[in-house]
Amino acid sequence: MVTRFTILRTHRSTGRASFGREAVACRDEPDTATAVPAAGRVFVSDVLAARAQMAMSLAFHIVFAVIGIAMPVLMVLAERRWQRTGDPIALELAKRWAKGTAVLFAVGAVSGTVLSFELGLLWPSFMEWAGPIIGMPFSLEGFAFFTEAIFLGIYLYGWDRISRRAHLWSGIAVAVSGAVSGIFVVIANAWMNAPAGFRLVDGKPVDIDPIAALGNAAAFSQTLHMTLAAYAATGLAAAGVHALFLLRGRDRAFHGVALRIALLVGIPASLAQPVSGHLSAQFVAANQPAKLAAMEGHWKTGANAPLRIGGWPDEATETTRWSIDIPGALSFLAFNSTDAVVTGLRDIPRDERPPVAITHLAFQVMVACGTAMALVSAWAIVVLVGRRPFVERRRFLRALVACAPLGFVAVEAGWVTTEVGRQPWIIHGVMRTADAVTPMPGLAVPFALFTALYVLLSIVTAIILGRQMLVVPKTPAAVRPVPTPPAAVPVAGD
Amino acid sequence: MADVLPPLTLANATAALVIVSLTLYVLFGGADFGGGVWDLLASGPRAKQQRALISDAIGPIWEANHVWLILVVVLLFTGFPKAYAAVSTTLHIPLTLMLVGIVLRGSAFTFRTYDTRRASAGRRWGRPFAIASVVTPVLLGICVGALASGEVGRPVAGRSFADAYVWSWLSPFTLACGALSLAVFAYLAALYLWVEAKGPGLRADFRARAAWSAVAVFVTGASSLATAWFDAPAIVEGLVTSRWALLLHVGTGACAVTALWALWRGRPRTARLAGAGQVVGMLFGWYASTYPYVVPDTLTIAGTAAPDVTLRLLLGACAAGTVVLLPSLWYLLRIFKGAGSAFERLERATGEYEAVRMTREVPLPRP
Repeated sequence: MVTRFTILRTHRSTGRASFGREAVACRDEPDTATAVPAAGRVFVSDVLAARAQMAMSLAFHIVFAVIGIAMPVLMVLAERRWQRTGDPIALELAKRWAKGTAVLFAVGAVSGTVLSFELGLLWPSFMEWAGPIIGMPFSLEGFAFFTEAIFLGIYLYGWDRISRRAHLWSGIAVAVSGAVSGIFVVIANAWMNAPAGFRLVDGKPVDIDPIAALGNAAAFSQTLHMTLAAYAATGLAAAGVHALFLLRGRDRAFHGVALRIALLVGIPASLAQPVSGHLSAQFVAANQPAKLAAMEGHWKTGANAPLRIGGWPDEATETTRWSIDIPGALSFLAFNSTDAVVTGLRDIPRDERPPVAITHLAFQVMVACGTAMALVSAWAIVVLVGRRPFVERRRFLRALVACAPLGFVAVEAGWVTTEVGRQPWIIHGVMRTADAVTPMPGLAVPFALFTALYVLLSIVTAIILGRQMLVVPKTPAAVRPVPTPPAAVPVAGD
Repeated sequence: MADVLPPLTLANATAALVIVSLTLYVLFGGADFGGGVWDLLASGPRAKQQRALISDAIGPIWEANHVWLILVVVLLFTGFPKAYAAVSTTLHIPLTLMLVGIVLRGSAFTFRTYDTRRASAGRRWGRPFAIASVVTPVLLGICVGALASGEVGRPVAGRSFADAYVWSWLSPFTLACGALSLAVFAYLAALYLWVEAKGPGLRADFRARAAWSAVAVFVTGASSLATAWFDAPAIVEGLVTSRWALLLHVGTGACAVTALWALWRGRPRTARLAGAGQVVGMLFGWYASTYPYVVPDTLTIAGTAAPDVTLRLLLGACAAGTVVLLPSLWYLLRIFKGAGSAFERLERATGEYEAVRMTREVPLPRP
């Protein structure tokens, strides 16, 4: 590691272009490695600090972003139920989910602002290079996010100020624009995996085509996988929270309605997720062989490649130990045939391999969580169509509680898989992460600052959400009569 | 006429979009920070009502207003990637501190609103919200001042850490700009809150605050100009010689005098309009004196712009986005700020006291 970055530093200081294939060639000059050891060491820690800060900021923001995409759907479904049936429980539920969404959205909005600045603060060379190609989805995301913020303000503060119909449509606008803004951001990330829309001449992009960049090869599978993840994680997490209250025997009617709506969002997404994951993996297999090999801990190139479950890849001996192997399954899953040849890490130059152990472990965690969620969702369908009321199925409720955090674990693990698996590239095959970092020294300081800030925010957000959840919902009798605005939708027969 | 306006190139049109977004951020988002300043300085027998008014005024809109800043950033890195890369390298420290302020302001405000233990929440989260609302505008002003002074455009290679990353943005001029932006945000907030205040006591409070902050804007503006003679000569030269200089000076001056007159005569709506016009005039003074540069003497608009194909698509995307954005924004402001808002209709029907009582759902002390 040290040696590699040290050479890059020397290379930078000579002022030569250091992107892409050309940089690989320059890395074979061992004599420069010893020339500036001290400066080199500083540089290593700065790249690592910048990566750590970016990873930490993303890991923090993604939780709020995911909830900001899916929670509005839950709250709109509850409000719709209230408008159709007049059930005061559904109104109480919509209002309480809206309050939770308000807190999480605000933290998501400010942490997202931090990320948009960090792109420049930490990776100015990347932004200078990629901005003209991939800025489009970010700009479109800006407008989608604007719409989301505007209508969330209307939704949260407009309960008695606009008609019921307008209020419901504001909620729908929040849900739609939230999903759209998430999709645009993921498209930009997909481009880093599948760069498109330019030609590389002397390390510089020419013939820029932002529309082609927008339609890059990874865009479809990655946005689908991420959007489904948002609904699956949030839906099942909400279901788990309400299942916990049902197990404790608290406010059965209220939490029963909540659980039904949460499952309505969580179940379809969780069941569809393995399919979209398969699409994503097939893209990786075709376009990022190093990432696939690292995800699978696959070292030796060959046909009939086994699928490894668990295990620990050892980068020194170039083997994966203690895994359960299913012969031929990797070849089949990646290329639809057990005869297909899957490239192993041994055939990938050492300086183009991602950190194998982290990528493999994160991928295994993601798949395990996703599988558990799909199984519990299938069980939930059986329970929901069954005759016995699900509020009495204690074992099922316990499974839902156990599943509550898994979606978010999977989201984090999935991001570790795709981001660490893309290393050492920031733009796959084009620009190395180490070449994109800011020349500003001492990056460990902002990393520590933002870590402290986000740890504090996580604790406070958890406390405030916990307090909101513990407030006893108003029972139907105690819910105050709802004033009927002039433009109200008729309740009966609707 | 043709030689009065800058040529209509793609780069200039994109720069105009950045300028419009930044101006709107100052007018809307800036006033939300100003609200936090008045929360910190709430005093007198009506301190509690002042804080409640500020909270009600910014609650529904601050997140939407905040997005103008995000738009400025994405337009910059898409349209002017070289300028964005250079500026975010040299301004790393103040931008990072500003982000911390933005995060603390937004989260503390939300925690205060949604903490179920409202009584203690007001005290616990009110302080960080208010302090972050003071610090963030100062840092934003410092960054803008650093842009205007031209230091941040110089390449960092071969310079010492202090020279490249500290002295490029820290000078008497940038500090004066920080103070000016704080004064401007507080001034805007006081004017807006004067319009929105219910009851003669609260109205008088914010009228007085608007008057004091008008003085602060004048003093900090004058000190920015004075320090600019030494630290940002390009700005001074632009303010004197630019083609729009005279028009902008007359316009800004007329707005300032109108705002003072309206403050004197007790006309809140006129004062709000004139005050906003005054701030727009000051911002355009900076833009006009900097043109055709992003950062004087080093980074030009044309030289840092993305290729034409990107700019063309970016302008198209912004046009499409605006079609969605403007009606939504108009709807939001009409509901919560408009003359025909539900509150004002209620007020006309039931009187001010009843209207406040009914919408706030808490008993108020009898006036």
